[in-house]
Amino acid sequence: MGGSVTNAGQKTFAQKLQTRKAQRYIIIVTFMFIPLLLLLVFTYIPFIKMVQFSFYDMKYIGTKTFVGIQNYIDVFKRPDMFGSLFVSVYYMGGAILQLALALFFATMMVFKVKGESIFKAAMFFPYLICGIAVGFIFKFFYARGYVLDTLLQLFGMAPENIPLWLQDQKINNFSLAATSVWRYTGQNMVLFLGAMMSVDTDLYEAASLDGANKWHQFRYIIMPSIKSIIVLNLVLSISGSLSAFEPPYVITNGQMGTGTYFVIMNRIAHENQRVGLACAMAVVLLVIIIICTVAQNVFFKYALNDGSEDESKAAVKAKKQAQKAAKKGGA
Amino acid sequence: MSEINDKKSVGSIIFSIFKYISLIIASLISIIPVVVCVFTAFKTNEEYQATSVLSLPSNFFNFENFAIAIKQANMLRCFLNTGIVLVVVLTVSVLTGSMLAYVLNRFKFPGSGLINSLFLFASLLPGIAMQVTIYQIMYQLGFINHLYGYIIVLSGTDIISIYIFLQFFENLPISLDESAIMDGCTYFGVFFKILFPLLKPAIITSLVLKGVSVYNEYYASNLYLTMPELKTISTALYTFTGPYGNQYNYICSGVIITIIPILIFFLVFQKQVYSGMASGAVKG
Repeated sequence: MGGSVTNAGQKTFAQKLQTRKAQRYIIIVTFMFIPLLLLLVFTYIPFIKMVQFSFYDMKYIGTKTFVGIQNYIDVFKRPDMFGSLFVSVYYMGGAILQLALALFFATMMVFKVKGESIFKAAMFFPYLICGIAVGFIFKFFYARGYVLDTLLQLFGMAPENIPLWLQDQKINNFSLAATSVWRYTGQNMVLFLGAMMSVDTDLYEAASLDGANKWHQFRYIIMPSIKSIIVLNLVLSISGSLSAFEPPYVITNGQMGTGTYFVIMNRIAHENQRVGLACAMAVVLLVIIIICTVAQNVFFKYALNDGSEDESKAAVKAKKQAQKAAKKGGA
Repeated sequence: MSEINDKKSVGSIIFSIFKYISLIIASLISIIPVVVCVFTAFKTNEEYQATSVLSLPSNFFNFENFAIAIKQANMLRCFLNTGIVLVVVLTVSVLTGSMLAYVLNRFKFPGSGLINSLFLFASLLPGIAMQVTIYQIMYQLGFINHLYGYIIVLSGTDIISIYIFLQFFENLPISLDESAIMDGCTYFGVFFKILFPLLKPAIITSLVLKGVSVYNEYYASNLYLTMPELKTISTALYTFTGPYGNQYNYICSGVIITIIPILIFFLVFQKQVYSGMASGAVKG
């Protein structure tokens, strides 16, 4: 390489090309070596092992016994396992509520608000708190006689009418899913607000001068510009609900019917050390996630293809370009 | 804006009131659970048992619970561990992410499409589920209970920053590279001298997103760093489940201690955090 620099002057065009080619090989290999090695060791080897182990009865150490599809049969038959997927339904419900709330508050903020940054910061901050801390905050919040109970009594609710938020099996999953709503609504709102702001704000003023009411502004200006980001977040939140882990893990330890799929898998893998069974659970979840992703792509292709999609795509693109331009200006 | 204000109708006043009330309620719901924790963290044991959880502590300078929490969970040591992990993981992931994105974006070579799809498919694999077999590999490599093992695991699972960089490279004109090469620059020179400095916005975005997720990471830390002196801040916090059961004044001070650094970070870098969130989401 040093040679290529010193001789550069005398080289013919073809020779230059030659060293470029060598350089290309070197840079491709060196720049990709570490990421690909890590990808192989911590993603694809574990992935292949995961599929392989799912056919064995084994612990982390010791002998393996081949059991065929017995682990998969267990996953579908044991009520605590496949049933735990239904606990995710609460979190999906929470995810939809959270998107609706985020959309609502983002819309409120698009119309000029005094103290916008304070409201935005207050609602966004829960997203940055670590899951374990959120867990403790709500363990305290829901505990009998503590925060929520005291607040409700303040508003005149009789103590005997207040349910046990975390023990009552009729409501404890709602309580836990609510903590996710609390944590993620502000973040979703910031995303939506970012997309909405990409619309030229003059458009709102022009529209309201033309006599468009707030609903019309929402329906015809805001919605088209953020349609794709809403669908994207919906899909992300749904696959996120399948992987809900921290709220039940910290707050109830998965007791009293609150064990989500990952809480059960964690218990089976690391406490009971039934590695094969845990791997089968992981493979089943992966299949579900792949189905969801394929469904998402199909949905994007057909359901959103009604002409207005181009409009929203154009908005996203324009926003991206504006961002890039702003960033370049700043850099 | 002034013309609109002049034309204020009853409807728009009602809308304004509705707007502010809903925003105030939402903000209160967002902060009350945390604020109550702050109150409780400053209460002495007697105070904690005798007073309502919503009442203010008698003394906002009662740092006794914080001292107990820090000592009990060895939190200073854990902050140091988290700090080391943050610095190394962020450096490695910015460097490897941007280098990989450079190669994938600027060179078309046999297999580049395959590598792209390998990373894409990897992002579908559910993280916690994968840890079952990653644990076994970590065990065989002897990486368990070493800070470097945890650092390598966190650096290896980074797909988001690769996509942020890929996206950014798409908008950097290739003519930049070409003119530098005409001037006798090597490909390495093009990357490190010309392109890397221009990546600054993408670097900030990936630092924000990755930084927050590393600081808050719990699951892998809990699996791979089990010795008390190796714990990171989120696993240290989790140790409060056992001994303090219902002593929420200690638990709350632990919670507040872990929140303070991220709160300061948020207040200082608010703008970057918001724009980082937005550009991280476009990835789709």
